[in-house]
Amino acid sequence: MQIKLTVNGTARSDEVEPRLLLVHYLREVCGLRAANVGCDTTSCGACTVLLDGESVKSCTVLAVQANGRSVTTAEGLVAEDGTMSAVQQAFRENHGLQCGFCTPGMVMAATSLLAENPDPTEQQVREGLEGNFCRCTGYHNIVRSVLAAAGKLSRAESAGASPEVSA
Amino acid sequence: MIPATFDYEVADSAAHALSLLAEHGEDAKLLAGGHSLLPMMKVRLAQPAVLVDIARVGELSGIRSEGNQLVIGATTRHADVAGSDLVRAEVPLLAYAAGQVGDPQIRHRGTIGGSLAHADPSADLPMTLLALGGSVEITGPAGVRTVAADDFFVGPFETALSPDELLSAVRVPRGGDVPWGYQKFVRRANDWAIVGVAAYDGRVALANMGGTPLRALAVEEALRGGASAAEAAAHAADGTSPGYDFHADTDYRKHLARVLTKRALQGETG
Amino acid sequence: MSILGTRVLRTEDPGFLTTGAVYTEDVQDERLAGACYVHFVRSTVAHASILSIDPSAARDADGVVAVYTGKDLGEAGIAPVKPMMPNMNQKMVQSLLATDMVRFVGEPVAAVVTEEMYQGEDAIELVDVDYGILPAVATMRQALSGERGLLFPDAQTNVVVRFGDESESNRDLFEGCEVVVSEVIQNQRVAPAPMESRSGAAVWGEDGRLTAWIPNQGAQGTKGALVGILGLKPEDVRVITPDVGGAFGAKFGADSEHAVICWIAKQLGRPVRWSETRNENLLVMPHGRAQEQKITIGGMRDGTVLAYRLEVLQDCGAYPKAGAFLPMLTRLMTPGPYEIPRAEAFTTSVVTNTTPVGAYRGAGRPEAAAAIDRAMDLFADASGVDPAEVRRKNLLPKFTEPHKTAFGAVYDSGDYVTALEKALAAAGYDELRAEQARRRAAGDTLQLGIGLSSYVEITGPGGEAGGPNENSTVEVHPDGTATILTGTSPHGQGHQTVWAMLASEELGIPIDKITVKWGDTDLVPRGGGTGGSRSLQLGGAAVQQASRELLDVARERAAATLEASPSDLVFDTEASAFTVKGDPDISVPLSSLAEAERLFVHTVFTSPGPTFPFGSHVAVVDVDTETGKVFLRRVVTVDDAGTVMNPLLAEGQRHGGIAQGAAQAFLEEVVYDDDGNPLTATFADYPFLSATEVPSFDLVDMETPTSYNPLGAKGIGEAGSIGSTPAVQNAVIDAVSHLGVRHIDMPTSPQRVWRAIQAANGSKEA
Repeated sequence: MQIKLTVNGTARSDEVEPRLLLVHYLREVCGLRAANVGCDTTSCGACTVLLDGESVKSCTVLAVQANGRSVTTAEGLVAEDGTMSAVQQAFRENHGLQCGFCTPGMVMAATSLLAENPDPTEQQVREGLEGNFCRCTGYHNIVRSVLAAAGKLSRAESAGASPEVSA
Repeated sequence: MIPATFDYEVADSAAHALSLLAEHGEDAKLLAGGHSLLPMMKVRLAQPAVLVDIARVGELSGIRSEGNQLVIGATTRHADVAGSDLVRAEVPLLAYAAGQVGDPQIRHRGTIGGSLAHADPSADLPMTLLALGGSVEITGPAGVRTVAADDFFVGPFETALSPDELLSAVRVPRGGDVPWGYQKFVRRANDWAIVGVAAYDGRVALANMGGTPLRALAVEEALRGGASAAEAAAHAADGTSPGYDFHADTDYRKHLARVLTKRALQGETG
Repeated sequence: MSILGTRVLRTEDPGFLTTGAVYTEDVQDERLAGACYVHFVRSTVAHASILSIDPSAARDADGVVAVYTGKDLGEAGIAPVKPMMPNMNQKMVQSLLATDMVRFVGEPVAAVVTEEMYQGEDAIELVDVDYGILPAVATMRQALSGERGLLFPDAQTNVVVRFGDESESNRDLFEGCEVVVSEVIQNQRVAPAPMESRSGAAVWGEDGRLTAWIPNQGAQGTKGALVGILGLKPEDVRVITPDVGGAFGAKFGADSEHAVICWIAKQLGRPVRWSETRNENLLVMPHGRAQEQKITIGGMRDGTVLAYRLEVLQDCGAYPKAGAFLPMLTRLMTPGPYEIPRAEAFTTSVVTNTTPVGAYRGAGRPEAAAAIDRAMDLFADASGVDPAEVRRKNLLPKFTEPHKTAFGAVYDSGDYVTALEKALAAAGYDELRAEQARRRAAGDTLQLGIGLSSYVEITGPGGEAGGPNENSTVEVHPDGTATILTGTSPHGQGHQTVWAMLASEELGIPIDKITVKWGDTDLVPRGGGTGGSRSLQLGGAAVQQASRELLDVARERAAATLEASPSDLVFDTEASAFTVKGDPDISVPLSSLAEAERLFVHTVFTSPGPTFPFGSHVAVVDVDTETGKVFLRRVVTVDDAGTVMNPLLAEGQRHGGIAQGAAQAFLEEVVYDDDGNPLTATFADYPFLSATEVPSFDLVDMETPTSYNPLGAKGIGEAGSIGSTPAVQNAVIDAVSHLGVRHIDMPTSPQRVWRAIQAANGSKEA
C-alpha cells in the first residue's frame, strides 16, 4: 500500500506492506534509527515517537495507520542549526542517559508529557514515564532531567558542568 | 514480534466497515487504536487475514450528552475520555478509569470500543462499564441494538458481538455527584490489575476475579440491606472462582477483592 | 584548575540524544550491504530428546536462503562447547545448535536464513521439530536428589562444581553462643534484561578474515571465544564493538548465536545479520543470582557475633557458565565487612533444565552481602539488639593497611563504621524509629520499615594473564588533538568522557579534542573489557600512566629541540607546552613534538590486587499490612569507592545500581513452573522495574582512597546494587516484625508479605 506522511517535517511517499511496523518504517525506510526496538509486548517505550504531536509506541502502530499524519522522531527535535530541544538539553545537563538505548523514546515521551502538563510534580513525571523502561539510570536523573526541562530545578541545583567543558 | 501477513482495508464509514466485515467474514478484524489487537498479532496469537481500519470514521468518534446519558463513540481514545471536561464532570469514574489504562502512549492510541470489544477480564474499562451499569451500542447488518454491560461480556475475551457487527458507541449514566471508588491492585503502574474493583452508586464490579468482569452481587445486596462498606465488602469474593498465577493464588486474590472493595466503597482511588 | 573531580558533561550525549547511539542493529556498513537475516528455531520444552527436525517446509518458504541444524555444524567439525573452567564437570557440554537433546526452553535448535528480516519470523514457524519429552529437573533440590534424572547422563551427576570442603565443617562452630539463628533463604533468579537485546552482524572478506559486529563487554574476550568455538586463527578474526545498550555482566564473550551467525556467513559467502526479540532475550540471555542459602549465625545476647556458616546451592541452569563459579566469589566475601571470629562457607553448583545462569551486576558478591546482612538482622531480632547497634558492634574497625580475611580476601582500605554512621545520620534513623513506634502504637494500616545493610565488595580482580591490569595507548597528534586506545569496553559508563578527562589533566589538551577508541580488536588487540567494576581503577589508571609516560617521551624530545636538559624543562599544562624554567618565553607546544615522529605511548598498568569499595544503605518502606504491598519511599546510601573522578557519572552508577538491587528485593523474579516452562519471558510478565516503583535516592559522599592506583579509585559500578538489596529486604521485614514476622524471601511480593503476616498470626483478618 502507498502511504503519504510527513516525517520530521519532510513529506514522504512510500510503498509499504500492511504489516510493516511504524518503528521499522522509520528505521529501515526513512533511515531514522534513533528509535529502538526494546521489547515485543508494547511495554518498554524505547520506540516512542510523536504521531501528530502525541507520544505513541511506534512498535504498535502500523506504518499504514500513519498515512496522512505527521511523525516526529528524536532526530526531528533538533533545530536547523543543530541546537537540541530543551528536553534533549536537559537530559544532557542532568546525566539523564547512560547507555542511551531507552533515551530517544524517553525524550519523546517526556516531550509529549510536558506538552500536556508543563508543570508536573515528581510523581506526575514518574507516572508519565510509566511506559518507558530504563535499566541503567534507576530513573533518578531522568526524572531530574524532565523537571529541569520544565524549569523546576534551580540553576544551582541542576547538575551542570564547569563552563569550559560543555562541548 | 512481527504479525503474520494480512490485507488492510480502510473504512470510510460505519456502513463501509460493515460491508467489509460481511465480505471477509471471520477472516476480518476491526482495527481502531490497535492496542489490544496488534500486541496479539505481533506474538501471533491472532492472525486475521484482513484488518478493517475504522480509526478515521468520524461518526464513530466523539463524546456527547443525550438526556441522562453520555454517548461516547467507539473509536474515542482513552486519553480523550480521561481528559474530557464533560466526562470528568458527569461520569468521573469513567474518566478516572480511562486514565488508568496502560500508559500515556497507549492511551493516545487505545480506544474505548476496542478495549470493551477485546473484553480482557482484568482490564479497566470492562469492569468500569459494568459498575456504571452502562451499555454498548452495536451496529450490524440488521441495524443498531443496545446491549447492557451485564449481558455484553460472555467469556474470557468474548462478547455478545457477532463477527459481522461493530461496537459503535458506549452509553453511560450521567451523575457527577454519585459516589464512586476505584481500586486497581498492581505491582507496577502500567500492569493489568491483579484484582480490580469499581464501585458506583451501589453497584460493584470486579476485574480479574473470573473469566469476565463480575458484579459483586452479594456486596450489593448487603449494601441495600444497610451494611457498612466494611461489612458489605466481606462478601466481595462470594461466588467467585478466580484463577491464580505467581502474583496471586486464589485465596490471596479473594482477600484482595474484599480489601479493595471496602476501599472502593469508601470512595478511595488507588 | 584540575578537571578531575568535577561534574563534566558527557561528550557521548549530543549524538546519543539526537541521532541516537549506533547499536549493532543500527550499523550501516558497506561490508554489510546485501546482508541476509538469521532467525532461530528454539526449544519449546525444558527437557527432551530431539527425535527429528524437518526443515523442508521452511526451505520452500518465501525468501528462505538456507536452514541449518546442529547436524550441519557437526559435519563441519564444530565441536560442542565445554564449560569454561577446568574444575567444572567437563561432560556438561553444549552444542551450538541442539543435536540430540534440548535442556531448556529457548535453547536454539535450528537457524533459518532469509533475504528479508520479516520473512524470518514466518519461516521459523515452518520448521517442524519432534520432541520426546523427558522429566524436567526444574529446581536445584530436584537436581541434587536426582528424582527427575540427570541432564547429562555421561556426567553421572547434576553437580557442576563445589567450593569449600563440607567434610571439613566445624561441628562446634557455634559453641559458646547464647543465641543461634538459622534460616534457609532465597537469592532468587533475576533477568539482567539490558534495554538492548543481543544481536550481531558478520561477514567474511575476500582476504579470508571474519569481521563481526557484536555488542559485548570486551571485544578481545569475544574474539577469543569465537576463535575457540569455531576453531579459527586469531589473525583471521576482527571483532568490532558498536555502541552497546547496557550489559550488566550478560554480554561477555560470545553466545551460541554469535558463533552460529559467523559460521553461516562463511557458508553463504554473504554478510549476515541477527537480532533477538525481547522474549528470546528473557529466555536465553544468561540469568543472574539463583542461589538458595542456608545461613546460621550465633553470638552473645549483647549483640556480639561469634560464628557464621553459609551454605550455598547455586543454580547453573542447563549448561555451566559463569554462574557455576560465582559461588567462589560469594564464599570469598562470606563475612562481608564484619569481624566474625569463626566463619565457614560451602557451595554446590548444580544444573537444572532452565536458562543458564551467568554474571549479573555484582556477580556472586550481592549474594554474599544479602546473606550476611539478612543474618545480622535475624541475629539482631533474636538477641533483642537494634540492627544498627549489632552492625556497629561487629563491623571491622577502620583500617588503612590491607586487611586479610579468613577467606583469603585482602581488603585494601576500609572505614565501615563511619559509612554506617553517615548513612544513619543522613536517614535520620532515630526519627524514623520514632515514627515507626508511633504507627505501631496507633495500629496504622500503613506500617513503616527501616532496613540496613553494610557491605564491602571486591572489584577489579584479575584480567588477562596475571594480576589485575589494563592497557592503554595515548597519542598526541601534530594538530593538537589526541587519541586514546583503551582495553576497557564501556556500555553506558562514560569512558569516552572520563578517559579524556584523565588525559586532559596530564596533557593540557581540551577533552573535546580527545578521541577515545575501544572495542575493535584490530585497533586494540589486548584488553580486559568492562565488568567487575574494573575500568576506572585499571583502565583509567592506564590512561593516566600512558599520558604521564608520554610526557616523559615528549620531554626528551623538547629537551633535544631546545638543546636544554630535560630537568630544566617545565610542562605548563594550561598551555600544553614545555617551557624552560625561568624563561617562559621559550615554549614548545606538546603537539609540535609529534611532527617529526609520532608521539605515542602504549602502557600496561598493573594493580597489586583487587580493591574493596564499601558502604552502608538505609532503606525506608511503607507496607500496606492489609494487602502486603510494599512502597519504597527512600534509599539513603553511602557508597565509598575511593576518589571520584567525575561525581556526575559516579552518582549515575550508584543510582542505577541502587535501583537494580532494590528491584531484586521487592519486585523482580524469573519464575518457572514445575515442568521448567518459563512464566516471566516477556516484559509484560517479568516485573521489570519502572519509574513509579522507586523514589529519587539520597546519596551521601564518602571517599576512602586506595593506595593500589595513583587515582585512589576503587570500582563503583556494582556497589549500589550490592548494598540496596539487603537494605530493602530488611526494611520490608522490619515493617511487619512487630506482627511476628522474622523473614520474607525476595522478592517481597505483596502475596509473600501478606502470607508472612498471616503465618505470624499477627494480623486482624485471617
